Amino acid sequence: MTAAKTRATLWGVLMIEEIPSEPVVITHIVRETASIRTFEFSRRFEAQAGQFCMVWIPGIDEIPMALSAGNAITVQKVGEATGALFSRSEGDVIGIKGPLGNGFSPEGRVLAVAGGVGAAPLRPLVTYGQADTFILGARTAEELLYADELNGKVDLRIATDDGTRGHHGFVTALLEEADPASYDTICVCGPEMMMKAVLAILDAHGVADRGQFSLHRYMKCGVGICGSCCCDPSGLRVCRDGPVFTGDVLLQSSEFGRYSRDASGRRIPF
Amino acid sequence: MVALCPGPVDIAGVRLNNHLILAAGLLGTTGASLARMLSLGAGGVVTKSIGPEPKTGHAGPCVAVIDGAILNAMGLPNPSKDFLGELDRLSHEPVIASIFGGTPEEFGEVASWFAGKVQGLELNLSCPHAEGYGAALGSDPEMVRECTRAAKRAGLPVWVKLTPNVCSIAEFGIAAQEGGADAVVAINTVKAMRISTGMRRPVLGHGMGGLSGPAIFPIAVRCVWELYEACDIPVIGCGGVSTADNVVEMMMAGASAVEIGSALIESDTIFSSVAQQLYRRDGGEDACDIVGCAHD
Repeated sequence: MTAAKTRATLWGVLMIEEIPSEPVVITHIVRETASIRTFEFSRRFEAQAGQFCMVWIPGIDEIPMALSAGNAITVQKVGEATGALFSRSEGDVIGIKGPLGNGFSPEGRVLAVAGGVGAAPLRPLVTYGQADTFILGARTAEELLYADELNGKVDLRIATDDGTRGHHGFVTALLEEADPASYDTICVCGPEMMMKAVLAILDAHGVADRGQFSLHRYMKCGVGICGSCCCDPSGLRVCRDGPVFTGDVLLQSSEFGRYSRDASGRRIPF
Repeated sequence: MVALCPGPVDIAGVRLNNHLILAAGLLGTTGASLARMLSLGAGGVVTKSIGPEPKTGHAGPCVAVIDGAILNAMGLPNPSKDFLGELDRLSHEPVIASIFGGTPEEFGEVASWFAGKVQGLELNLSCPHAEGYGAALGSDPEMVRECTRAAKRAGLPVWVKLTPNVCSIAEFGIAAQEGGADAVVAINTVKAMRISTGMRRPVLGHGMGGLSGPAIFPIAVRCVWELYEACDIPVIGCGGVSTADNVVEMMMAGASAVEIGSALIESDTIFSSVAQQLYRRDGGEDACDIVGCAHD
């Protein structure tokens, strides 16, 4: 867990230690799908799978993004900041603050369940040899993220909504088939409604507490102080107490799968 | 070190569970977050500043954590009137709504929304990086007086949070007092900037921001001292407080209670850990004997 460390000073005042935004050079850009690119950069951060960073796109904004490797982020073009990132080239400089948040805690036999760009924070589980089975879903074959890269490195099972590759349907069908109770840890990231469906299955199998879900929320600070990413009804901060929460915690949530908050703090239903 | 008697305290019209208050702008965007800070030991909580219209705030980076301090330029993001829904389960809790507006009329309007919903109001006349709001009004004593007067019509206790970015903060404390304020809160952040030499630009998206944390504690102590000398209403200390000894020092300068904010970067358990050091059931001193004692 990345937290500001403190030390005493002359006034007996606890001193805050810097959490720098490191300028890094974009060294390589991989076009993963029509709307998703991986940006590799000049510095490698010591991160666990599921940790994230705040990405500073100079002159535009700073946004939270999962680390898809110690030296990479994988980004879907969805708005102004991600659009601006897509206009950057190899050799350009961005700022990286991190790694932040708790990350996944894989133990025993590990299953990963990914939907769309949600595969990004799960990818290091495979890189680090921590995943046994990887269920990867997307709307269509062309939108499958890392499918070729993961093939052969993990027991990869694919689902597409339109049936263009793998199982014709949702990842939830593959999850049922895989017998979730036979895994000790089930790491999940994807659209929130997908994660909600996954949680319902885990709960039905009595293993909600083995599920670890990576949540996405609007964040201003990323370091646990501003409160823009606090969830109901616990008030837990996605940036600092998360972004990974266990299924038993999310079963108590009045917010998960129902709404999130925008930059002003207003509730936006899913 | 000095220890105080534990127990509820009445500060400027608001009953608090202890002397330690969550400062505005931190973990105060949702009702659940405010409730969590109360459960983690805050004696009272101040909400994120709420204004007449929803605002998304400045483009990031909004926060830069630097050695000894935090720089921020959030740009007053807030859901405006929608925020009232966040307070549903907090009506009997020590919640103080921070509010802002661009005119006395706007302060009056926003203040009126909170009647019966919170225990008090804190006027943000001091945010240093929101054009047309905060310190833009708070560096004009006449405006401080009028905004305070307008907010008082809601019938709630009114605390006025002041900016240190003026020549004489005492003048503004007196203006708030003349407007009918029940307390002044000092200080908001100190206007500041850092530049990333690697990026060749300011570390904040907005450029200019507000400095908080231990680096500004001596400035806050000085401002509390000056306000205690100048005003007859209570002073609430804020700025860089992160230990029980800081709390005692702020109280000796004249603070009746203190707000804690940036120290949350260390841990969200800061309130209980400070309280554990600050209070002693047997032999704790009465806060009345401590507040302002350094002036004697």
